[in-house]
Amino acid sequence: MSEKVKVTIDGITVEVDNGTTILNAARQIGGDIVPPAMCYYSKLQGSGGKCRTCIVKVTKGSEKDPRPMPKLVASCRTTVMDGMEVLNITSPEVLEARAGVVEILLINHPLDCPVCDQAGECDLQNLGYEHGLQKTRYEFERRTFERIDIGDKIQLHMNRCILCYRCVFTADQITNKRVHGILNRGDHSEISTYIQQAVDNDFSGNVIDVCPVGALTDRTFRFKNRVWFTKPVDAHRDCDHEKCNGKVTLWYKGADVLRVTARKDQFGEVEEFICNTCRFDKKATADWVIEHPTHIDDTSVIASNHYETLKPLHVIQPNEALQAANEIELHKTVKY
Amino acid sequence: MLKVEEQTPVVFSSELLAKFDDIKSRYPADKSKSALLPLLHLVQAEYLWVSTPAMDKVAEYLNIQPIEVYEVATFYTMYFLKPQGKYALEVCRTGPCCLVGAEKILSHLENKLGVKEGEVTADGLFSFRGVECLAACGYGPVLQISPEYTFYENLTTESVDKLIEDLKNKI
Amino acid sequence: MSRKLLLEHINVPGINTLEVYRQKGGYRAVEKALKTLTPEEIVEEVKKSGLRGRGGAGFPTGMKWSFLAKPEGVARYLVCNADESEPGTFKDRYLMTYIPHALIEGMIVSSFALGAKVSYIYVRGEMMPQIRILEKAIAEAKAAGWLGKNILGTGYDLELYVQPGGGAYICGEETALLESLEGKRGNPRIKPPFPAIAGLYGCPTVVNNVESIAAVVPIINDGGDEYAKIGIGRSTGTKLISASGNLVKPGVYEIELGLPVEEFIYSDEYCGGIANGKRLKATVAGGSSVPVLPANLTLKLANGEPRLMSYESLSEGGFATGTMLGSGGFIAFDEDQCIVRNTWNFSRFYHHESCGQCSPCREGTGWMEKVLHKIEHGHGTMEDVDLLWDIQRKIEGNTICPLGDAAAWPVASAIRHFRDEFEWHIKEPIKSQSQNYGIANYATPIEKAPVAEEK
Ligand SMILES: Cc1cc2nc3c(=O)[nH]c(=O)nc-3n(C[C@H](O)[C@H](O)[C@H](O)COP(=O)(O)O)c2cc1C
Ligand code: SF4
Ligand code: SF4
Ligand code: FES
Ligand code: FES
Repeated sequence: MSEKVKVTIDGITVEVDNGTTILNAARQIGGDIVPPAMCYYSKLQGSGGKCRTCIVKVTKGSEKDPRPMPKLVASCRTTVMDGMEVLNITSPEVLEARAGVVEILLINHPLDCPVCDQAGECDLQNLGYEHGLQKTRYEFERRTFERIDIGDKIQLHMNRCILCYRCVFTADQITNKRVHGILNRGDHSEISTYIQQAVDNDFSGNVIDVCPVGALTDRTFRFKNRVWFTKPVDAHRDCDHEKCNGKVTLWYKGADVLRVTARKDQFGEVEEFICNTCRFDKKATADWVIEHPTHIDDTSVIASNHYETLKPLHVIQPNEALQAANEIELHKTVKY
Repeated sequence: MLKVEEQTPVVFSSELLAKFDDIKSRYPADKSKSALLPLLHLVQAEYLWVSTPAMDKVAEYLNIQPIEVYEVATFYTMYFLKPQGKYALEVCRTGPCCLVGAEKILSHLENKLGVKEGEVTADGLFSFRGVECLAACGYGPVLQISPEYTFYENLTTESVDKLIEDLKNKI
Repeated sequence: MSRKLLLEHINVPGINTLEVYRQKGGYRAVEKALKTLTPEEIVEEVKKSGLRGRGGAGFPTGMKWSFLAKPEGVARYLVCNADESEPGTFKDRYLMTYIPHALIEGMIVSSFALGAKVSYIYVRGEMMPQIRILEKAIAEAKAAGWLGKNILGTGYDLELYVQPGGGAYICGEETALLESLEGKRGNPRIKPPFPAIAGLYGCPTVVNNVESIAAVVPIINDGGDEYAKIGIGRSTGTKLISASGNLVKPGVYEIELGLPVEEFIYSDEYCGGIANGKRLKATVAGGSSVPVLPANLTLKLANGEPRLMSYESLSEGGFATGTMLGSGGFIAFDEDQCIVRNTWNFSRFYHHESCGQCSPCREGTGWMEKVLHKIEHGHGTMEDVDLLWDIQRKIEGNTICPLGDAAAWPVASAIRHFRDEFEWHIKEPIKSQSQNYGIANYATPIEKAPVAEEK
């Protein structure tokens, strides 16, 4: 079944393999029309369908059956049909619904971007910036959890978790013994290792990279720093782990390597998973062969604030809700 | 995050293990994880709650990771993850039962037993909680008592009083 | 007296035993099916009967069966959905308690039709007494040769097992049920693939409600055409209705589809009217998930014609003036009941039962509950009513499974039809804590619309 099918997204037509999802078809076109994906991850089987940020409108089902689909659909889990027509950013209905999803994702979110390690590379922050409402309509107490150390390398900040399940799929598919999962149900669900068992698997560090928000972070990230003060550089080493090819991004501040991550593509997904030795234990320039500065997409939040500007993160500024929620924290950032 | 309490290791009796085997035989050989929910019910019927060591043992028996058991035990509402009263009373608190007085029954129980929802009486005999629709809405208010899940319908404050007396005298 | 197909012998002493069930003609359908019909012919009879799924969605059962994939060398499964947890619904429990063999007989015939060699009845865990009843009945049937190897010498083998749930409404959703049966959390699967292609253990699977499966027995005994003669239009056959709330005689009734709603509520054959001589204020006609209607729209369509208990008539008028037959959980509210309080209660239920996989349902159900709690307790504002409307819109149609819709509809319909009651709670924060809004004009009869002149 390798025949090609045609699909039109926001007026742009592309030919893709049969069985491709709308989201992946859009990624082949690229640019602004790519729906944001907070839970889907192409390298993780079974991911997607949960966050609902990638919703689009199908105005024509296919050449054979041109009826539109009655509801908005999750583009990450809907496969294209020949002749399908899809609207993403050209549909006000989609944009409104997506703003609704973002509002809902934020009601229980701590909005603590100023103190979050993920700030600057957080998908939720980007989305909140693009779709954010000026004022939150949620007036109840937010759900809170204790911060937890999962072993000595990873920290879980459950308040920030959007339950995308990516880390669970990673633990299940990339590491060989899953000790990490989801407990409880509904909005009490939480990521947990239950008895705070150290996640000491060779590949466990990858959960940090797949997390779209700052819920899973690197405890070895040396001196807390804002990513936009750091300079990413692609590098590699001859890793002797059979499944790791040692290709990484080093995040520098001055001459120091602050942290090591897998390389990410333009959709924010890691290109290849890396082992814990490369990630946590190789923090000297001498460990690595430097390639070149990492290319950062112009549209990303990191790019707009890249390198040494000392202003607070600009996405915080225009959003009153974020500002109000973070008044104290914003003051603190001055100290960085 | 569930707390690890001081817990003594659990050893399942051979009768219990025989029941486990019987249940496991109901599924294809490589799908024995299907036995998880029924096994947890058996564990709870035996110990009146499901402790972490017991869950670990079940995981070992089914040859799955402990987290897979924790994920399931915390998803479903019937598994008690901490000790309850010998008689755990569960009163339906959903709409149709409330139309016929379920809320009154719940507050009556609270007064009568002198404990709040989820707490155990000093003598260890009783605990109670509100649960969602028990599929007996036409006979409300209703309650069930685990571990047997005996069922009581058309409750009144008097019938609840009598039920509690009967249970007290049963021991 | 209308015809009874499922509950005809319900009052016969001992009907729960194999012996008495047999005396009353039980297991005839198994004999007829296994000895004289092919699986295809059974599917054809069920198609002809027009039977629609009794679990809530109303999908034609025969059609569902014909979708089942039949790849060579792959097991097929029939799973009976006895998770019955929809507030207001208690018919399956009734059937399993009093005539367990009706379900078992239906399971044997249906499994044979679908080519299943192992079938499961997934019963909600809280129904331990019913699980014990079913297990006993299965043992009886097996001892008598109705189950097991080479049934009636026809060469057909079937094992039937009862699987308990663990306490989760969402496991009534068919793919969550399958996950649960595989020993996992009850997270609904993303469709496609549908269970007919990849269900239990990845094998082709049919999931049917208890009542749907039990209805196969009279269909096989009397023929699909006979069954289709009962009822009205595309609502064929009889349906078990669970009646609860403020009724003189709540309980489970078997009705012929097409019975006028008014007759169901007020006649002595059925519910016998509203309890304590009160007046009817509102109803939820098909289980907590369907829209709530004021009394006048319950009894009459918007054009003044009587409303009937059928799939079509109950949904006549769409959500603007109609509702749904759903699972047949009929809840009646008398004039002293508070719609705001009940809406809050239902929203708490859905919040509690959301599996938490997709964000609109996980977060939105909790938000709605909190806003409703605030209004019910006299702290609401007018904006809150609009906010509620907005939240339910964000959830509806934007979730993995229909639980999101089920949570949104009761809230939307309550605001649509009872907005003045919500506003009264807000304007009278103190009074509303000790008094009820009452019946207002919710029961004002709808006049028959003048017949439009033909041009
Ligand atoms: C949230 C939710 C709960 C459900 N609960 C039940 C249930 O308790 N019993 C049931 O038979 N069907 C239930 N259903 C419907 C099932 O998904 C499925 O449609 C049904 O079992 C199919 O059987 P039928 O075609 O015989 O009706 C539920 C659906 C949803 C979305
Ligand atoms: S911790 Fe991160 S990766 Fe894991 S579910 Fe939460 S948001 Fe997703
Ligand atoms: S709609 Fe609700 S219950 Fe259904 S999958 Fe999503 S979160 Fe779970
Ligand atoms: S990315 Fe498609 S639903 Fe999350
Ligand atoms: S509402 Fe109480 S049993 Fe259904």
